[in-house]
Amino acid sequence: MQRHFDQELKTLKEKLLKMAALTEGAIRLSIEALKNKDKELAKGVIKADSEIDKIELEIEEKSIELLATRQPVAIDLRFLTTGMKINSELERIADLAVNVCQRVFQIADQPLVKPLIDIPKLADLARQMVKETIDAFVNKDKALAKKVILSDSQADKLRNAVYYELVDDYIVKDGSCGPRAVPLILISRHLERICDHATYIAEDTIYMIDAKIVKHHPEKLKNNKENQQ
Amino acid sequence: MRKIVSQRIGFSFLFLLLLITLLFLGTIIYFIAAKGVGAISWQFLTQSPKNAMTSGGVAPAIVGTFYLVLGAIVFSFPLGLASAIYLCEYSPKSYIINIIRISINNLAGVPSVVFGLFGLAVFVKFFGFGVSILSGALTLGIMVLPQIISASQEALLAVPQSYREASFALGATPWKTIKKAVIPPALPGILTGVILSVGRVAGETAPIIFTAATLYKRGYPNSIFSEVMALPYHIYGLMTEGTHPVQQKEIAYGCAFVLLILVLSVSFLAIVIRQRQRRKNG
Amino acid sequence: MAENIRIEVKDVNFYYGKKSALQNVSMDIKKNKITAIIGPSGCGKSTLIRLFNRMNELIPNTRLEGRINLDGKNIYSSKIDVVEVRRRIGMVFQKPNPFPKSIFENVAYGLRVNGIKERKYIAAKVEKSLKNAAIWEEVKDRLSDNALGLSGGQQQRLCIARALAVEPEVLLMDEPCSALDPTSTRKIEELILDLKKKYTIVIVTHNMQQAARIADYTAFFMLGDLIEYDVTDKIFTRPSKKVTEDYITGRFG
Repeated sequence: MQRHFDQELKTLKEKLLKMAALTEGAIRLSIEALKNKDKELAKGVIKADSEIDKIELEIEEKSIELLATRQPVAIDLRFLTTGMKINSELERIADLAVNVCQRVFQIADQPLVKPLIDIPKLADLARQMVKETIDAFVNKDKALAKKVILSDSQADKLRNAVYYELVDDYIVKDGSCGPRAVPLILISRHLERICDHATYIAEDTIYMIDAKIVKHHPEKLKNNKENQQ
Repeated sequence: MRKIVSQRIGFSFLFLLLLITLLFLGTIIYFIAAKGVGAISWQFLTQSPKNAMTSGGVAPAIVGTFYLVLGAIVFSFPLGLASAIYLCEYSPKSYIINIIRISINNLAGVPSVVFGLFGLAVFVKFFGFGVSILSGALTLGIMVLPQIISASQEALLAVPQSYREASFALGATPWKTIKKAVIPPALPGILTGVILSVGRVAGETAPIIFTAATLYKRGYPNSIFSEVMALPYHIYGLMTEGTHPVQQKEIAYGCAFVLLILVLSVSFLAIVIRQRQRRKNG
Repeated sequence: MAENIRIEVKDVNFYYGKKSALQNVSMDIKKNKITAIIGPSGCGKSTLIRLFNRMNELIPNTRLEGRINLDGKNIYSSKIDVVEVRRRIGMVFQKPNPFPKSIFENVAYGLRVNGIKERKYIAAKVEKSLKNAAIWEEVKDRLSDNALGLSGGQQQRLCIARALAVEPEVLLMDEPCSALDPTSTRKIEELILDLKKKYTIVIVTHNMQQAARIADYTAFFMLGDLIEYDVTDKIFTRPSKKVTEDYITGRFG
């Protein structure tokens, strides 16, 4: 049976996709701004964030309205609650992209402390994870969601690599390069946080598909074949 | 617009037919009252007929009618109610039960004079009760039995199934359910049926002609084996026999008036009982 | 038999004439829990709970296969007294059905038909039952009034009091709120949650939110089959069967 509710859920999903696309764009542009030390571009990203905030509020309001009026259960309930969580995760990801842009201002007017190697790798990973996690949510693709969750350790490794390299090889040796090195550490931290949020989205997506909570229970990821129907 | 007009015409027509019915009813009551009320007096109600039924009262006939009615109801009420309870509450819904039901309904359509002949053959002759209150009451009782059964059945069927279910669910046996949950709400309906059959018993002539009634009897009956005077038969006798048709006719109308009042007041009683019970049952 | 099971349904098949109404139903009803039975009309929900107190016997031409145990004893065994079964398993019906008697007599009815005559005992029991059914305050000053003068919600609580008076162990409720307004429904739901401490409750409902609100366990039936039976929370967040999900989310049909 075709339900009016389905139409409303579809509209909500489309909004969420728009939000995801904008967020993804924000990450992409912030990385570009970082690579090119492009202050104008960074400014644009920061400005565009208000649009994302606006959509976030819309999605939240619509979701609460649907919860109240439709009293959804089962898959509908899981879709809505997951959608709400993904909504705030995306908003935070966009905020992190803004943070990256703010760091761009700090480093733009000086030469880089060192050539960027791991940070672009981390940035690409973050972009890819966000893209994949959204795809997993949209297509209810459990395998892809799982892949995103498993990629998270990669992000941690890259961030650590950036951190120790900058601290051990630069700051410890020459304290005066701190003001140029610390923003890069923070950027790696922001990018790693983006990967974390992508991971949360993937976990929520698995809950939505399977009704199984994998957050804080990584072991559940392994035996999920037997739960497949 | 046309719809409204045709509707108006339809309802007016129905109302007209109702008026015609009321007109007949009114005419009967008026006619009997006008002709009979003159004969009514204290004497008329309390004394025996005198002077070859040209004067005096009709008290023995009133008393006789009362006995016959009482006897008929005492006989037919328990029997009819029991049959109705069995048919409604206990009997499996089978083919035979259906035949029994149809038979009972058909019994209601048998002419009353046939019941009279039956009473004559069975109670008067076969059981040897003679022409007596007993024979007459039994005959009248059998005659109204179908009416009492169907009235009781209807009343029982009108009791919501939910009362029975509620009672069973509380651990009541079938008999207790019938006694405490089904009969009480059905009682007004049953009593209405009984009272209306009282009216019918009081007014019937044919069944008692051969079984109970006598045209003239000095004094009141002293046992159930006495023959009795009865109002309807008295009217019949006054109008068809005797030597003083003119005076007799006046007394006959007096009797008819008394009978009419009796029957109407019994019906009225039925209505009052029903209304009271209905209020009680919300 | 496990300690916490009150009613065991084992391989039950039930027929109205030749028409099958329940097929191979097996389920355990847990003690002091509320079990909701949901499903589309004609799925056998009411039939099932009416089997628990042998009410279906009142309908001719019906046939039961399988066993239904109450505390481990088959209630359909020839050694069991049906009247006793019905006393131990109370029932509240879809439409409030008080007798056209006084409020007091309605509650006393079950005691009287079970042969209790002692007036003091009856009076005390009536008061206690009305209190347990959360209607005492509303009717204590008019116990001799006709029960049909009460509102629908009050009538239904009176019917619950009437059922409680004979001290059943199990309370069956066949869509008890379907004829009531939301306020009365809330009151009855609160009452049901209170009653859970003392009674095992099985409730048939068309209102899924109601099942979600009050039931510990929920069973979903369709066309006489028990499709899914689990803790309520699971049924309403992550049912394991597609049909259940389609039904509770309203995609069904």
